[in-house]
Amino acid sequence: MKLIRNHVMVCCGTGCTSSESPKIADAFEKELARAELQDEVKIVRTGCFGLCAAGPIVMILPDGACYSRVTVDDVPEIVREHLVKGRIVDRLLHMEGDEGTTATSLNDTQFYKHQTRIALRSCGIIDPESIDEYIGADGYLALGNILENKTDPQSIIDAIKESGLRGRGGAGFSTGMKWQFTKDAVSPDGVKYVCCNADEGDPGAFMDRSVLEGDPFSILEAMTIAAYAVGGTQGYIYVRAEYPIAIARLETAIQQAREYGLLGKNILGTDFSFDIELRLGAGAFVCGEETALMTSIEGHRGEPRPRPPFPAVKGLWQRPTLLNNVETYANITWILNNGAEKYAAIGTEKSKGTKVFALGGKITNTGLVEIPMGTTLRTVVEDIGGGVPHGKKFKAAQTGGPSGGCIPADLIDTPIDYESLTAIGSMMGSGGLIVMDEDNCMVDIAKFFLSFIVDESCGKCTPCRIGTKRLYDLLCKITDGNGTLEDLDTIEELCYHLKESSLCALGQSAPNPVLSTLQYFRDEYIAHVVEKRCPAGVCKNLVSYHIVPDKCKGCTLCAKNCPADAISGAIRAAHTIDSAKCIKCGVCLGNCRFGAIVKV
Amino acid sequence: MKSLEELKAIREQMKKQLDIRDQSDSNIRVAVGMATCGIAAGAKPVLAAFLQEIDRRDLRGISVTQTGCIGVCRLEPVVEVYVPGQEKVTYVKVTPEMVPTIVADHLVNRQVVTRFTIGAAEQEEKA
Ligand SMILES: Cc1cc2nc3c(=O)[nH]c(=O)nc-3n(C[C@H](O)[C@H](O)[C@H](O)COP(=O)(O)O)c2cc1C
Ligand code: SF4
Ligand code: SF4
Ligand code: SF4
Ligand code: FES
Repeated sequence: MKLIRNHVMVCCGTGCTSSESPKIADAFEKELARAELQDEVKIVRTGCFGLCAAGPIVMILPDGACYSRVTVDDVPEIVREHLVKGRIVDRLLHMEGDEGTTATSLNDTQFYKHQTRIALRSCGIIDPESIDEYIGADGYLALGNILENKTDPQSIIDAIKESGLRGRGGAGFSTGMKWQFTKDAVSPDGVKYVCCNADEGDPGAFMDRSVLEGDPFSILEAMTIAAYAVGGTQGYIYVRAEYPIAIARLETAIQQAREYGLLGKNILGTDFSFDIELRLGAGAFVCGEETALMTSIEGHRGEPRPRPPFPAVKGLWQRPTLLNNVETYANITWILNNGAEKYAAIGTEKSKGTKVFALGGKITNTGLVEIPMGTTLRTVVEDIGGGVPHGKKFKAAQTGGPSGGCIPADLIDTPIDYESLTAIGSMMGSGGLIVMDEDNCMVDIAKFFLSFIVDESCGKCTPCRIGTKRLYDLLCKITDGNGTLEDLDTIEELCYHLKESSLCALGQSAPNPVLSTLQYFRDEYIAHVVEKRCPAGVCKNLVSYHIVPDKCKGCTLCAKNCPADAISGAIRAAHTIDSAKCIKCGVCLGNCRFGAIVKV
Repeated sequence: MKSLEELKAIREQMKKQLDIRDQSDSNIRVAVGMATCGIAAGAKPVLAAFLQEIDRRDLRGISVTQTGCIGVCRLEPVVEVYVPGQEKVTYVKVTPEMVPTIVADHLVNRQVVTRFTIGAAEQEEKA
């Protein structure tokens, strides 16, 4: 028996892998062998810690030291100092924010302190490619108990209902009710399907990817329990092909679960059988919509179809089908192991439990955070996120991606839960949370999301196919400086029609980013239209660069570096910019050491 | 194909291995001084002895770590034991032979082995 005294947790999630963390793990292997510690120190390749922006992350346990931005060259020092001599390498310890406070333990950081990790409970803590480690972390405890006690399927569904869990894929429908509908639906030949939506198409979102990479068995176990509860016979995980690490770990996990008899025929020797297969999506946003997803699994082009019939009644191949999001499933075994009341004690009256967000944009600590429902936006931005960097002012936060909306600064104390977000014209969505500061133009943001929608509209119905394009053209007109006040009315009318007459939620929710920016930042739209001015200085057609003659020393630096040859002037004389030639690249602004160049 | 019993056995066995990752404060911590002086004085066999003894007795909730130089090089190998809610105890000139006693008396029965502590050693030096 090997006696291991330290575990070196090397993050091999997508973020850290892109900064070469697997090479760091290999380097540890080599260095440990050289120091003859290979039998005392174990290397574990884990999933995401949520600190991706500071990656690669290496954590040494049981000491709890968390090292960030580790390079292959740092490895010999960590082995020599920390693992041989027990001296923490201070210069590599993870630093929070601008102030440079270091924490020896991850749990003491501001970033972790306000979090409650349920869906992410094992991410970063276990080896996602080892079923044994998953079992050691209470994995397959819930399923084992159910099979051992021959638990009544209805009581499982009752527990999920009682927990108050709602779908984390965006719509927030009661998970227990959905399971009930699927259980109650009658299948002509007894076949029912249990599916997992891992399409995760929101730009910037990576919650589901992190769960799949860090704790894939938890999804397999939850789907198996769901199948037991609703009478499912076959499972599918629909995952986008752009997630190669998640796919590889899921494949490994499915393989190991089958070997252990935890998937397939006669699970754990009982007469309950259930198996899971992967289906890869090509990355179309619309394929995350439930009816399009099922059409795609069936092998057709991923287009939505009208509901009803709902998938719970007639889904995949016309059979009753349960479809839940990855994060929804990630809560299931925790609820069954810890009790529905305990889960229901977290959160607000109608939104129970926690929600994972991918925190990004103009924020000091970017990364993956899991917070109790009802946590205010302020806590997320100021405490967990460490505020807006570079002394800039917080302007708004965007949730819900292309289907969501903006929360302006004066609503920063809004609690984050389904109802509160909807009430202010945004939505929970799947968990993207983008922070914006004074340098962001809200019209430009709306245009960005709309251009995404125009690309992703499947084209099946006219309002969405043509309406989103028309809406996009109108926004372009405004940012180009050609908009009129009537255009604003046309936009609102078009938004109304899109909402009312699109076939699926992609088109129905496409106006949200436009409507919510119009609601809270109408003055910015008006500045573009009436004053032909972009207050944030983003929209190229509406800004111009000038040299203040009194300040210009005539150093010629800007003229030398202008890619368009737009600046002229004699040495030691004031220079000028030819606005006809200027391409508004902004290079000169950074060049001038005398602050003589201004953007207006 | 595993049975329910096998599943439980794997869980028990793996739990022990994963204890090391438990970041909660309820763990007892044994820290062995492993700076150059400690290693020269024979800290490595002491560390191994702790791991072996804890495994042999199948104890849970104890983590064994190494720390840097504590500043009393003449008394190395030094071992510090942190029991939650109690004051830190420092054992000095620890040999592998002393380890089973420390584990049995202190880690299991919560009785400090006074004669091995730094206090006892310093008194001895004075006498
Ligand atoms: C355009 C569009 C894209 C969607 N993308 C996703 C997605 O990537 N992942 C997801 O889980 N749900 C997505 N949904 C929501 C699903 O249709 C469905 O509501 C959800 O998967 C149900 O699971 P839940 O109840 O666990 O949330 C999308 C919906 C629409 C309209
Ligand atoms: S609303 Fe858009 S995405 Fe949905 S079916 Fe119509 S065209 Fe396709
Ligand atoms: S860099 Fe500044 S000071 Fe120098 S020529 Fe340009 S505007 Fe004038
Ligand atoms: S913005 Fe770019 S193109 Fe315009 S003057 Fe400055 S450097 Fe030249
Ligand atoms: S991928 Fe390493 S911390 Fe997220």
